[in-house]
Amino acid sequence: MKLPLSLASLLFALLLALPLAAQQRTSFDYGLVAQEIAPGTYVIVGLREDFSFANGGNIVNTGFLVGRSGVIVIDTGPSRRYGEQMLAAIRAITPLPVVLTLNTHHHPDHFLGNQAFPQDTLAALPDTIAGIRSEGEGFNDNMYRLNGDWMRDTEVVVPARAVMPGRQDIAGRDVELLALGGHTAADLVVVDHDSGTVYAADLLFNGRAPTTPHADIARWLGALEALARLPARLWVPGHGEVSTRLDPLHETRDYLEWLQATIRDAAEAGLDMTEVFALDIPARFSRLALVETEFRRSVVHLFPAAEQAALARAQRD
Amino acid sequence: MKRHTLLLAGMLWLCALAAATPPVLAAAAGETVARDPLDSPRWGDMLKTFFEGQEVVFDPRIKVSGPAVAEDSLNVPITVDASALPGVEELIVFADFNPILKALRFEPGAAQARLGFRLKLQQSSPVRVAARTADGIWRVGGAWVTATGGGCTLPSVGSGSPEWQERLNEVSGRLWARIDGGERLRMRIIHPMDTGLAAGIPAFHIEDIVISDEDGRVLSRIQPLEPVAENPSFTLDLAGAARGGRLHVSGRDNNGNRIDAWVTR
Repeated sequence: MKLPLSLASLLFALLLALPLAAQQRTSFDYGLVAQEIAPGTYVIVGLREDFSFANGGNIVNTGFLVGRSGVIVIDTGPSRRYGEQMLAAIRAITPLPVVLTLNTHHHPDHFLGNQAFPQDTLAALPDTIAGIRSEGEGFNDNMYRLNGDWMRDTEVVVPARAVMPGRQDIAGRDVELLALGGHTAADLVVVDHDSGTVYAADLLFNGRAPTTPHADIARWLGALEALARLPARLWVPGHGEVSTRLDPLHETRDYLEWLQATIRDAAEAGLDMTEVFALDIPARFSRLALVETEFRRSVVHLFPAAEQAALARAQRD
Repeated sequence: MKRHTLLLAGMLWLCALAAATPPVLAAAAGETVARDPLDSPRWGDMLKTFFEGQEVVFDPRIKVSGPAVAEDSLNVPITVDASALPGVEELIVFADFNPILKALRFEPGAAQARLGFRLKLQQSSPVRVAARTADGIWRVGGAWVTATGGGCTLPSVGSGSPEWQERLNEVSGRLWARIDGGERLRMRIIHPMDTGLAAGIPAFHIEDIVISDEDGRVLSRIQPLEPVAENPSFTLDLAGAARGGRLHVSGRDNNGNRIDAWVTR
Protein backbone atom coordinates (compact mmCIF):
# COMPACT_ATOMS: atom_id res chain seq x y z
CA MET A 1 0.00 0.00 0.00
CA LYS A 2 2.78 2.34 1.00
CA LEU A 3 4.57 2.41 -2.35
CA PRO A 4 1.55 3.12 -4.55
CA LEU A 5 0.49 5.84 -2.15
CA SER A 6 3.80 7.62 -2.27
CA LEU A 7 3.82 7.11 -6.02
CA ALA A 8 0.39 8.67 -6.21
CA SER A 9 1.44 11.63 -4.09
CA LEU A 10 4.55 12.04 -6.23
CA LEU A 11 2.40 12.06 -9.34
CA PHE A 12 0.06 14.53 -7.69
CA ALA A 13 2.98 16.77 -6.77
CA LEU A 14 4.22 16.56 -10.34
CA LEU A 15 0.79 17.44 -11.65
CA LEU A 16 0.82 20.53 -9.47
CA ALA A 17 4.41 21.45 -10.21
CA LEU A 18 4.31 21.16 -13.98
CA PRO A 19 1.72 23.83 -14.73
CA LEU A 20 3.32 26.04 -12.09
CA ALA A 21 6.69 25.77 -13.79
CA ALA A 22 5.08 26.41 -17.14
CA GLN A 23 3.26 29.40 -15.75
CA GLN A 24 6.41 30.88 -14.29
CA ARG A 25 8.08 30.71 -17.67
CA THR A 26 5.14 32.34 -19.37
CA SER A 27 3.62 34.72 -16.85
CA PHE A 28 3.75 37.46 -19.51
CA ASP A 29 4.78 40.06 -16.97
CA TYR A 30 6.48 42.98 -18.71
CA GLY A 31 7.81 44.18 -15.35
CA LEU A 32 6.84 47.76 -16.21
CA VAL A 33 8.38 50.39 -13.95
CA ALA A 34 6.96 53.91 -14.07
CA GLN A 35 9.77 56.41 -13.39
CA GLU A 36 8.73 59.81 -12.07
CA ILE A 37 11.07 62.10 -14.01
CA ALA A 38 9.39 65.31 -12.73
CA PRO A 39 6.40 65.92 -10.42
CA GLY A 40 3.44 64.02 -11.87
CA THR A 41 5.47 63.22 -14.99
CA TYR A 42 6.09 59.53 -15.68
CA VAL A 43 7.91 57.42 -18.23
CA ILE A 44 8.02 53.64 -18.72
CA VAL A 45 11.26 52.98 -20.60
CA GLY A 46 11.37 49.97 -22.96
CA LEU A 47 14.31 47.85 -24.08
CA ARG A 48 16.54 48.99 -26.95
CA GLU A 49 15.79 45.82 -28.88
CA ASP A 50 13.71 44.59 -31.78
CA PHE A 51 10.39 42.81 -31.22
CA SER A 52 10.89 39.24 -29.95
CA PHE A 53 9.27 36.31 -28.19
CA ALA A 54 11.51 37.16 -25.22
CA ASN A 55 10.56 40.85 -24.79
CA GLY A 56 6.96 40.59 -25.97
CA GLY A 57 7.29 43.91 -27.77
CA ASN A 58 8.39 45.90 -24.72
CA ILE A 59 10.79 48.02 -26.78
CA VAL A 60 8.93 51.30 -26.63
CA ASN A 61 8.66 54.20 -24.20
CA THR A 62 5.22 55.11 -22.93
CA GLY A 63 4.32 57.79 -20.43
CA PHE A 64 1.64 59.54 -18.44
CA LEU A 65 0.96 62.85 -16.77
CA VAL A 66 -0.98 63.05 -13.52
CA GLY A 67 -2.98 66.27 -13.20
CA ARG A 68 -5.28 67.59 -10.47
CA SER A 69 -8.35 65.87 -11.88
CA GLY A 70 -7.10 63.08 -14.11
CA VAL A 71 -4.42 61.25 -16.01
CA ILE A 72 -3.16 61.84 -19.58
CA VAL A 73 -1.74 58.66 -21.14
CA ILE A 74 0.88 58.96 -23.89
CA ASP A 75 0.95 55.77 -26.01
CA THR A 76 -0.37 52.41 -24.88
CA GLY A 77 2.36 49.93 -25.86
CA PRO A 78 2.55 46.88 -28.11
CA SER A 79 -0.21 44.61 -26.76
CA ARG A 80 -3.36 44.28 -24.70
CA ARG A 81 -1.30 42.82 -21.84
CA TYR A 82 1.06 45.81 -21.97
CA GLY A 83 -1.88 48.22 -21.85
CA GLU A 84 -3.38 46.38 -18.88
CA GLN A 85 -0.07 46.30 -17.01
CA MET A 86 0.52 49.97 -17.82
CA LEU A 87 -2.88 50.84 -16.40
CA ALA A 88 -2.05 48.80 -13.28
CA ALA A 89 1.20 50.79 -12.94
CA ILE A 90 -0.84 54.01 -13.18
CA ARG A 91 -3.32 52.71 -10.59
CA ALA A 92 -0.44 52.00 -8.20
CA ILE A 93 0.29 55.73 -8.32
CA THR A 94 -3.09 57.45 -8.56
CA PRO A 95 -6.79 56.62 -8.39
CA LEU A 96 -7.62 59.56 -10.69
CA PRO A 97 -9.47 58.69 -13.89
CA VAL A 98 -7.74 58.51 -17.27
CA VAL A 99 -9.18 61.49 -19.16
CA LEU A 100 -7.11 61.39 -22.36
CA THR A 101 -5.26 58.49 -24.00
CA LEU A 102 -3.05 59.61 -26.88
CA ASN A 103 -1.52 57.54 -29.67
CA THR A 104 1.46 59.56 -30.89
CA HIS A 105 1.51 57.81 -34.30
CA HIS A 106 0.19 54.70 -36.05
CA HIS A 107 3.03 52.24 -35.38
CA PRO A 108 1.91 49.08 -33.57
CA ASP A 109 4.06 49.44 -30.44
CA HIS A 110 2.34 52.75 -29.72
CA PHE A 111 -1.35 51.83 -29.96
CA LEU A 112 -1.95 48.09 -29.53
CA GLY A 113 -2.51 48.55 -25.77
CA ASN A 114 -5.58 50.71 -26.50
CA GLN A 115 -8.02 47.98 -25.37
CA ALA A 116 -7.01 48.51 -21.73
CA PHE A 117 -8.00 52.19 -21.61
CA PRO A 118 -11.44 53.87 -21.55
CA GLN A 119 -12.46 53.88 -25.21
CA ASP A 120 -13.91 57.41 -25.13
CA THR A 121 -10.53 58.79 -24.01
CA LEU A 122 -8.63 57.43 -27.05
CA ALA A 123 -7.43 60.23 -29.33
CA ALA A 124 -4.84 60.86 -32.05
CA LEU A 125 -4.07 63.11 -35.01
CA PRO A 126 -6.41 62.56 -38.01
CA ASP A 127 -3.69 60.94 -40.17
CA THR A 128 -2.79 58.63 -37.30
CA ILE A 129 -6.43 57.55 -36.98
CA ALA A 130 -6.51 56.93 -40.73
CA GLY A 131 -3.25 54.96 -40.53
CA ILE A 132 -4.47 52.74 -37.67
CA ARG A 133 -7.70 52.16 -39.57
CA SER A 134 -5.99 51.12 -42.82
CA GLU A 135 -2.83 49.39 -41.57
CA GLY A 136 -3.67 48.40 -38.00
CA GLU A 137 -4.85 44.86 -38.75
CA GLY A 138 -1.76 44.09 -40.82
CA PHE A 139 0.48 45.41 -38.05
CA ASN A 140 -1.38 43.36 -35.46
CA ASP A 141 -0.95 40.14 -37.49
CA ASN A 142 2.74 40.86 -37.83
CA MET A 143 3.09 41.57 -34.10
CA TYR A 144 1.61 38.14 -33.29
CA ARG A 145 4.29 36.62 -35.52
CA LEU A 146 7.08 38.63 -33.89
CA ASN A 147 6.03 38.55 -30.23
CA GLY A 148 4.07 35.30 -29.97
CA ASP A 149 1.68 34.69 -27.11
CA TRP A 150 2.39 38.02 -25.43
CA MET A 151 -0.07 39.35 -28.00
CA ARG A 152 -2.98 37.09 -26.94
CA ASP A 153 -6.39 38.78 -27.26
CA THR A 154 -4.83 41.96 -28.64
CA GLU A 155 -7.15 43.67 -31.08
CA VAL A 156 -6.95 46.95 -32.95
CA VAL A 157 -8.96 49.75 -31.36
CA VAL A 158 -9.10 52.86 -33.55
CA PRO A 159 -9.23 56.10 -31.56
CA ALA A 160 -12.56 57.83 -32.22
CA ARG A 161 -11.41 61.35 -31.37
CA ALA A 162 -9.12 63.60 -33.40
CA VAL A 163 -6.93 65.79 -31.19
CA MET A 164 -6.62 69.51 -31.76
CA PRO A 165 -3.04 70.78 -31.69
CA GLY A 166 -2.35 73.71 -29.39
CA ARG A 167 -1.75 74.64 -25.79
CA GLN A 168 -4.53 73.70 -23.41
CA ASP A 169 -5.42 72.86 -19.83
CA ILE A 170 -5.99 69.14 -19.55
CA ALA A 171 -6.93 67.71 -16.15
CA GLY A 172 -5.25 70.73 -14.59
CA ARG A 173 -1.96 70.43 -16.47
CA ASP A 174 -0.55 73.01 -18.88
CA VAL A 175 -0.11 70.81 -21.95
CA GLU A 176 0.74 71.65 -25.55
CA LEU A 177 0.08 69.24 -28.42
CA LEU A 178 2.23 69.63 -31.55
CA ALA A 179 1.17 68.10 -34.85
CA LEU A 180 4.44 67.22 -36.59
CA GLY A 181 5.46 64.49 -39.01
CA GLY A 182 8.31 62.79 -40.81
CA HIS A 183 8.72 59.57 -38.88
CA THR A 184 5.19 58.85 -40.10
CA ALA A 185 2.57 61.01 -41.82
CA ALA A 186 1.52 62.33 -38.40
CA ASP A 187 3.67 62.44 -35.27
CA LEU A 188 2.14 63.94 -32.15
CA VAL A 189 4.48 65.59 -29.67
CA VAL A 190 3.25 66.28 -26.14
CA VAL A 191 4.86 69.19 -24.29
CA ASP A 192 4.17 69.36 -20.57
CA HIS A 193 4.88 73.00 -19.72
CA ASP A 194 4.49 72.40 -15.98
CA SER A 195 7.62 70.24 -15.91
CA GLY A 196 9.31 71.28 -19.18
CA THR A 197 9.05 67.73 -20.50
CA VAL A 198 8.81 66.96 -24.21
CA TYR A 199 7.37 63.56 -25.12
CA ALA A 200 8.84 63.54 -28.61
CA ALA A 201 7.64 60.03 -29.52
CA ASP A 202 9.47 58.44 -32.46
CA LEU A 203 10.72 61.72 -33.87
CA LEU A 204 13.43 61.19 -31.27
CA PHE A 205 15.56 58.09 -30.66
CA ASN A 206 18.25 57.77 -28.01
CA GLY A 207 21.01 55.20 -28.39
CA ARG A 208 18.92 53.21 -30.82
CA ALA A 209 18.86 53.47 -34.61
CA PRO A 210 15.76 55.28 -35.94
CA THR A 211 13.23 53.23 -37.91
CA THR A 212 11.90 54.43 -41.25
CA PRO A 213 9.07 52.27 -42.67
CA HIS A 214 6.86 55.33 -43.22
CA ALA A 215 9.48 58.05 -43.02
CA ASP A 216 9.82 61.25 -44.99
CA ILE A 217 13.36 62.16 -43.95
CA ALA A 218 13.26 65.80 -45.11
CA ARG A 219 10.07 66.40 -43.13
CA TRP A 220 11.49 64.55 -40.13
CA LEU A 221 14.57 66.80 -40.12
CA GLY A 222 12.24 69.82 -40.21
CA ALA A 223 10.34 68.43 -37.21
CA LEU A 224 13.61 68.00 -35.29
CA GLU A 225 14.40 71.66 -35.99
CA ALA A 226 11.03 72.62 -34.51
CA LEU A 227 11.70 70.44 -31.47
CA ALA A 228 15.12 72.01 -30.89
CA ARG A 229 13.43 75.39 -30.40
CA LEU A 230 11.20 74.13 -27.56
CA PRO A 231 11.95 75.31 -24.02
CA ALA A 232 12.57 71.78 -22.75
CA ARG A 233 14.27 70.49 -19.63
CA LEU A 234 13.53 66.80 -20.21
CA TRP A 235 13.41 64.87 -23.46
CA VAL A 236 11.47 61.64 -23.66
CA PRO A 237 12.35 59.78 -26.86
CA GLY A 238 10.11 57.10 -28.38
CA HIS A 239 12.91 54.59 -27.86
CA GLY A 240 15.88 54.83 -25.49
CA GLU A 241 16.61 56.64 -22.23
CA VAL A 242 15.20 59.99 -21.11
CA SER A 243 17.68 62.84 -21.52
CA THR A 244 18.16 66.28 -19.99
CA ARG A 245 20.32 67.29 -22.93
CA LEU A 246 19.85 67.84 -26.65
CA ASP A 247 22.29 65.01 -27.49
CA PRO A 248 19.60 62.52 -28.61
CA LEU A 249 18.18 65.16 -30.93
CA HIS A 250 21.59 65.84 -32.47
CA GLU A 251 22.25 62.10 -32.73
CA THR A 252 18.91 61.40 -34.44
CA ARG A 253 19.51 64.29 -36.86
CA ASP A 254 23.09 63.19 -37.60
CA TYR A 255 21.96 59.65 -38.41
CA LEU A 256 19.03 60.74 -40.58
CA GLU A 257 21.18 63.19 -42.53
CA TRP A 258 23.79 60.50 -43.12
CA LEU A 259 21.10 57.99 -44.13
CA GLN A 260 19.50 60.40 -46.58
CA ALA A 261 22.80 61.38 -48.20
CA THR A 262 24.09 57.80 -48.35
CA ILE A 263 20.99 56.50 -50.08
CA ARG A 264 20.82 59.43 -52.50
CA ASP A 265 24.52 59.13 -53.40
CA ALA A 266 24.28 55.36 -53.80
CA ALA A 267 21.36 55.69 -56.20
CA GLU A 268 23.16 58.44 -58.12
CA ALA A 269 26.28 56.25 -58.40
CA GLY A 270 24.24 53.42 -59.92
CA LEU A 271 24.48 50.94 -57.06
CA ASP A 272 22.12 47.99 -56.84
CA MET A 273 20.16 47.60 -53.59
CA THR A 274 22.24 44.61 -52.48
CA GLU A 275 25.38 46.73 -52.90
CA VAL A 276 23.84 49.47 -50.76
CA PHE A 277 23.22 46.87 -48.02
CA ALA A 278 26.95 46.22 -47.92
CA LEU A 279 28.02 49.87 -47.45
CA ASP A 280 29.97 50.71 -44.30
CA ILE A 281 28.18 52.43 -41.46
CA PRO A 282 30.36 55.16 -39.88
CA ALA A 283 31.91 54.19 -36.54
CA ARG A 284 30.20 57.08 -34.75
CA PHE A 285 26.85 55.27 -35.16
CA SER A 286 28.07 52.02 -33.61
CA ARG A 287 26.60 53.09 -30.27
CA LEU A 288 23.12 53.03 -31.80
CA ALA A 289 21.49 49.71 -30.96
CA LEU A 290 20.36 47.69 -34.02
CA VAL A 291 22.05 50.08 -36.45
CA GLU A 292 23.10 47.32 -38.90
CA THR A 293 19.59 45.88 -39.08
CA GLU A 294 17.84 49.23 -39.23
CA PHE A 295 20.15 50.56 -41.93
CA ARG A 296 19.28 47.61 -44.18
CA ARG A 297 15.57 47.99 -43.43
CA SER A 298 15.86 51.68 -44.26
CA VAL A 299 17.53 50.87 -47.58
CA VAL A 300 14.47 48.79 -48.48
CA HIS A 301 12.18 51.65 -47.42
CA LEU A 302 14.02 54.58 -48.94
CA PHE A 303 16.19 53.35 -51.82
CA PRO A 304 13.41 52.71 -54.39
CA ALA A 305 12.40 56.40 -54.45
CA ALA A 306 16.02 57.58 -54.62
CA GLU A 307 16.72 55.07 -57.38
CA GLN A 308 13.67 56.21 -59.33
CA ALA A 309 14.84 59.81 -59.09
CA ALA A 310 18.31 58.82 -60.34
CA LEU A 311 16.89 56.83 -63.27
CA ALA A 312 14.40 59.56 -64.18
CA ARG A 313 17.25 62.07 -64.38
CA ALA A 314 18.81 60.15 -67.30
CA GLN A 315 15.45 60.19 -69.07
CA ARG A 316 15.16 63.97 -68.83
CA ASP A 317 18.73 64.83 -69.83
CA MET B 1 16.28 32.14 -29.51
CA LYS B 2 13.96 29.15 -29.45
CA ARG B 3 14.23 28.97 -33.23
CA HIS B 4 18.02 29.05 -33.08
CA THR B 5 18.04 26.11 -30.68
CA LEU B 6 15.70 24.20 -32.94
CA LEU B 7 17.75 25.07 -35.99
CA LEU B 8 20.93 23.99 -34.26
CA ALA B 9 19.32 20.73 -33.20
CA GLY B 10 18.14 20.20 -36.77
CA MET B 11 21.60 20.92 -38.14
CA LEU B 12 23.23 18.50 -35.72
CA TRP B 13 20.71 15.86 -36.68
CA LEU B 14 21.33 16.44 -40.37
CA CYS B 15 25.08 16.36 -39.85
CA ALA B 16 24.70 13.03 -38.09
CA LEU B 17 22.56 11.81 -40.96
CA ALA B 18 25.04 13.05 -43.54
CA ALA B 19 27.88 11.30 -41.76
CA ALA B 20 25.92 8.07 -41.83
CA THR B 21 24.84 8.15 -45.46
CA PRO B 22 27.07 8.49 -48.51
CA PRO B 23 26.32 11.28 -51.01
CA VAL B 24 23.67 10.18 -53.46
CA LEU B 25 24.05 12.70 -56.25
CA ALA B 26 26.09 12.08 -59.35
CA ALA B 27 29.32 14.05 -59.33
CA ALA B 28 30.88 15.99 -62.16
CA ALA B 29 34.39 14.98 -63.11
CA GLY B 30 36.74 15.44 -60.19
CA GLU B 31 34.18 17.06 -57.90
CA THR B 32 32.16 15.64 -55.10
CA VAL B 33 28.52 16.54 -54.81
CA ALA B 34 27.74 17.03 -51.17
CA ARG B 35 24.20 17.14 -49.92
CA ASP B 36 22.41 20.48 -50.29
CA PRO B 37 24.42 23.07 -48.32
CA LEU B 38 21.15 24.87 -47.56
CA ASP B 39 19.54 21.74 -46.08
CA SER B 40 16.30 22.30 -47.92
CA PRO B 41 13.79 19.45 -47.89
CA ARG B 42 12.74 20.63 -51.35
CA TRP B 43 16.13 20.11 -53.00
CA GLY B 44 15.19 16.69 -54.39
CA ASP B 45 12.18 18.24 -56.12
CA MET B 46 14.34 21.05 -57.48
CA LEU B 47 16.67 18.46 -59.00
CA LYS B 48 13.75 16.72 -60.72
CA THR B 49 12.13 19.96 -61.87
CA PHE B 50 15.13 21.72 -63.34
CA PHE B 51 17.97 19.26 -63.84
CA GLU B 52 16.52 15.85 -64.73
CA GLY B 53 19.20 13.88 -66.51
CA GLN B 54 21.74 16.72 -66.27
CA GLU B 55 24.89 17.15 -64.24
CA VAL B 56 24.60 19.40 -61.17
CA VAL B 57 27.19 20.51 -58.64
CA PHE B 58 27.14 22.94 -55.75
CA ASP B 59 29.81 25.53 -56.31
CA PRO B 60 30.83 28.16 -53.73
CA ARG B 61 31.81 30.51 -56.57
CA ILE B 62 28.14 30.88 -57.48
CA LYS B 63 26.62 33.41 -55.11
CA VAL B 64 23.24 34.78 -54.15
CA SER B 65 23.23 37.92 -52.03
CA GLY B 66 20.16 39.34 -50.42
CA PRO B 67 18.86 40.22 -46.99
CA ALA B 68 18.82 37.48 -44.33
CA VAL B 69 15.34 38.73 -43.44
CA ALA B 70 13.07 40.21 -46.09
CA GLU B 71 11.67 43.56 -44.97
CA ASP B 72 9.14 43.55 -47.79
CA SER B 73 8.28 40.08 -49.12
CA LEU B 74 7.01 41.59 -52.36
CA ASN B 75 10.33 43.30 -53.09
CA VAL B 76 13.25 41.20 -51.90
CA PRO B 77 16.47 42.59 -53.39
CA ILE B 78 18.61 39.78 -54.81
CA THR B 79 21.87 39.73 -56.71
CA VAL B 80 22.88 36.46 -58.34
CA ASP B 81 26.55 36.25 -59.26
CA ALA B 82 28.31 33.58 -61.30
CA SER B 83 30.90 36.02 -62.67
CA ALA B 84 33.74 34.13 -60.96
CA LEU B 85 33.05 31.27 -63.33
CA PRO B 86 34.26 31.69 -66.92
CA GLY B 87 32.03 30.89 -69.87
CA VAL B 88 28.57 31.00 -68.30
CA GLU B 89 25.95 30.67 -71.05
CA GLU B 90 22.77 30.67 -69.02
CA LEU B 91 21.56 31.28 -65.47
CA ILE B 92 18.28 30.29 -63.91
CA VAL B 93 17.00 31.59 -60.58
CA PHE B 94 14.50 29.72 -58.43
CA ALA B 95 13.19 29.64 -54.86
CA ASP B 96 12.44 26.21 -53.38
CA PHE B 97 9.36 27.27 -51.43
CA ASN B 98 7.74 29.71 -53.83
CA PRO B 99 4.44 28.52 -55.36
CA ILE B 100 5.98 29.36 -58.74
CA LEU B 101 9.53 28.08 -58.43
CA LYS B 102 11.39 29.68 -61.32
CA ALA B 103 11.89 33.44 -61.16
CA LEU B 104 13.92 34.14 -64.27
CA ARG B 105 16.37 33.00 -66.90
CA PHE B 106 19.35 35.14 -67.85
CA GLU B 107 21.66 34.81 -70.86
CA PRO B 108 24.51 37.15 -69.93
CA GLY B 109 26.03 37.23 -73.44
CA ALA B 110 28.21 40.37 -73.45
CA ALA B 111 27.33 41.09 -69.82
CA GLN B 112 28.96 39.70 -66.72
CA ALA B 113 27.15 36.69 -65.30
CA ARG B 114 25.73 38.82 -62.52
CA LEU B 115 22.21 40.24 -62.23
CA GLY B 116 20.45 42.35 -59.62
CA PHE B 117 16.66 42.27 -59.39
CA ARG B 118 13.80 42.02 -56.86
CA LEU B 119 11.88 38.91 -56.04
CA LYS B 120 8.50 38.09 -54.52
CA LEU B 121 8.78 35.51 -51.74
CA GLN B 122 5.77 33.67 -50.40
CA GLN B 123 7.61 32.38 -47.34
CA SER B 124 11.12 31.71 -46.09
CA SER B 125 13.02 29.89 -48.79
CA PRO B 126 16.39 29.18 -50.31
CA VAL B 127 16.92 31.47 -53.28
CA ARG B 128 19.18 29.73 -55.77
CA VAL B 129 20.98 30.43 -58.97
CA ALA B 130 22.19 27.72 -61.32
CA ALA B 131 24.76 28.62 -63.96
CA ARG B 132 25.29 26.46 -67.03
CA THR B 133 28.61 26.46 -68.83
CA ALA B 134 29.28 25.16 -72.36
CA ASP B 135 30.10 21.69 -70.97
CA GLY B 136 26.44 21.38 -69.97
CA ILE B 137 27.15 21.26 -66.22
CA TRP B 138 24.91 23.27 -63.90
CA ARG B 139 26.69 24.89 -60.97
CA VAL B 140 24.46 25.94 -58.12
CA GLY B 141 24.73 28.49 -55.33
CA GLY B 142 22.13 29.97 -53.01
CA ALA B 143 21.13 31.59 -49.75
CA TRP B 144 18.24 31.33 -47.34
CA VAL B 145 15.97 34.35 -47.07
CA THR B 146 13.56 34.57 -44.15
CA ALA B 147 10.36 36.12 -45.38
CA THR B 148 8.25 36.61 -42.29
CA GLY B 149 8.61 39.29 -39.67
CA GLY B 150 10.78 42.34 -40.13
CA GLY B 151 8.61 44.81 -38.23
CA CYS B 152 6.31 47.18 -40.01
CA THR B 153 6.24 45.16 -43.22
CA LEU B 154 3.67 46.35 -45.70
CA PRO B 155 2.45 45.07 -49.02
CA SER B 156 3.51 47.34 -51.86
CA VAL B 157 1.05 49.27 -53.96
CA GLY B 158 -0.99 46.63 -55.75
CA SER B 159 -1.82 46.47 -59.40
CA GLY B 160 -5.17 48.01 -58.47
CA SER B 161 -3.58 51.37 -59.19
CA PRO B 162 -4.65 52.79 -62.57
CA GLU B 163 -1.15 54.17 -63.19
CA TRP B 164 0.35 51.07 -64.76
CA GLN B 165 -2.34 50.84 -67.40
CA GLU B 166 -1.20 54.13 -68.88
CA ARG B 167 2.49 53.52 -68.32
CA LEU B 168 2.68 49.77 -69.05
CA ASN B 169 6.15 48.69 -70.22
CA GLU B 170 7.53 52.21 -69.76
CA VAL B 171 11.29 51.93 -69.19
CA SER B 172 13.29 54.28 -66.98
CA GLY B 173 16.94 53.43 -67.22
CA ARG B 174 20.42 54.82 -67.05
CA LEU B 175 23.98 53.83 -67.94
CA TRP B 176 27.06 54.34 -65.82
CA ALA B 177 30.59 54.07 -67.20
CA ARG B 178 32.50 51.57 -65.08
CA ILE B 179 36.13 51.82 -64.03
CA ASP B 180 36.85 48.54 -65.84
CA GLY B 181 35.74 50.20 -69.11
CA GLY B 182 32.39 48.42 -69.06
CA GLU B 183 28.95 49.87 -68.77
CA ARG B 184 26.49 49.43 -65.91
CA LEU B 185 22.84 49.32 -66.92
CA ARG B 186 20.10 49.91 -64.39
CA MET B 187 16.47 49.98 -65.47
CA ARG B 188 12.95 49.75 -64.17
CA ILE B 189 9.99 48.73 -66.30
CA ILE B 190 6.42 49.53 -65.30
CA HIS B 191 4.52 46.25 -65.13
CA PRO B 192 2.20 44.64 -62.53
CA MET B 193 3.86 41.19 -62.88
CA ASP B 194 0.67 39.44 -61.72
CA THR B 195 1.32 35.86 -60.67
CA GLY B 196 -2.12 34.51 -61.56
CA LEU B 197 -2.38 33.17 -58.00
CA ALA B 198 -4.56 36.00 -56.71
CA ALA B 199 -8.25 35.26 -57.30
CA GLY B 200 -9.63 36.71 -60.52
CA ILE B 201 -6.31 38.15 -61.76
CA PRO B 202 -4.69 36.11 -64.55
CA ALA B 203 -0.91 35.75 -64.85
CA PHE B 204 0.42 38.85 -66.57
CA HIS B 205 4.15 39.35 -66.67
CA ILE B 206 7.08 40.48 -68.77
CA GLU B 207 8.62 37.40 -70.38
CA ASP B 208 11.42 38.71 -72.56
CA ILE B 209 13.87 41.62 -72.33
CA VAL B 210 16.61 41.96 -74.93
CA ILE B 211 19.46 44.42 -74.53
CA SER B 212 21.14 45.34 -77.80
CA ASP B 213 23.57 47.95 -79.07
CA GLU B 214 23.12 50.75 -81.60
CA ASP B 215 23.64 48.34 -84.49
CA GLY B 216 20.99 45.94 -83.27
CA ARG B 217 23.51 43.38 -82.03
CA VAL B 218 22.01 41.43 -79.13
CA LEU B 219 24.18 41.84 -76.03
CA SER B 220 22.20 40.19 -73.28
CA ARG B 221 18.79 38.70 -72.55
CA ILE B 222 16.60 38.44 -69.44
CA GLN B 223 13.48 36.26 -69.35
CA PRO B 224 11.54 37.10 -66.19
CA LEU B 225 8.66 35.04 -64.81
CA GLU B 226 5.84 35.75 -62.34
CA PRO B 227 7.95 35.78 -59.12
CA VAL B 228 9.93 38.84 -60.25
CA ALA B 229 8.65 41.86 -58.30
CA GLU B 230 6.13 44.35 -59.64
CA ASN B 231 7.72 47.10 -61.76
CA PRO B 232 10.84 44.98 -62.27
CA SER B 233 14.19 46.59 -61.69
CA PHE B 234 17.43 45.13 -63.08
CA THR B 235 21.13 45.84 -62.66
CA LEU B 236 23.69 44.35 -65.02
CA ASP B 237 27.24 45.10 -66.12
CA LEU B 238 28.17 44.94 -69.78
CA ALA B 239 31.72 44.42 -70.99
CA GLY B 240 32.94 47.38 -73.00
CA ALA B 241 31.46 50.84 -73.41
CA ALA B 242 28.08 51.13 -75.14
CA ARG B 243 28.49 52.31 -78.74
CA GLY B 244 27.11 55.81 -79.09
CA GLY B 245 26.64 55.91 -75.31
CA ARG B 246 23.30 54.20 -75.48
CA LEU B 247 21.64 50.77 -75.36
CA HIS B 248 18.36 49.51 -76.75
CA VAL B 249 15.93 47.67 -74.48
CA SER B 250 13.20 45.72 -76.21
CA GLY B 251 10.91 42.84 -75.36
CA ARG B 252 7.35 41.90 -74.55
CA ASP B 253 5.03 40.60 -71.87
CA ASN B 254 3.00 37.38 -72.08
CA ASN B 255 0.08 39.33 -73.60
CA GLY B 256 2.23 40.53 -76.47
CA ASN B 257 2.61 44.14 -75.28
CA ARG B 258 5.94 45.48 -76.55
CA ILE B 259 8.81 47.03 -74.64
CA ASP B 260 10.90 49.44 -76.69
CA ALA B 261 13.23 52.09 -75.25
CA TRP B 262 16.71 53.58 -75.48
CA VAL B 263 18.77 53.95 -72.33
CA THR B 264 21.54 56.54 -72.08
CA ARG B 265 24.09 57.72 -69.49
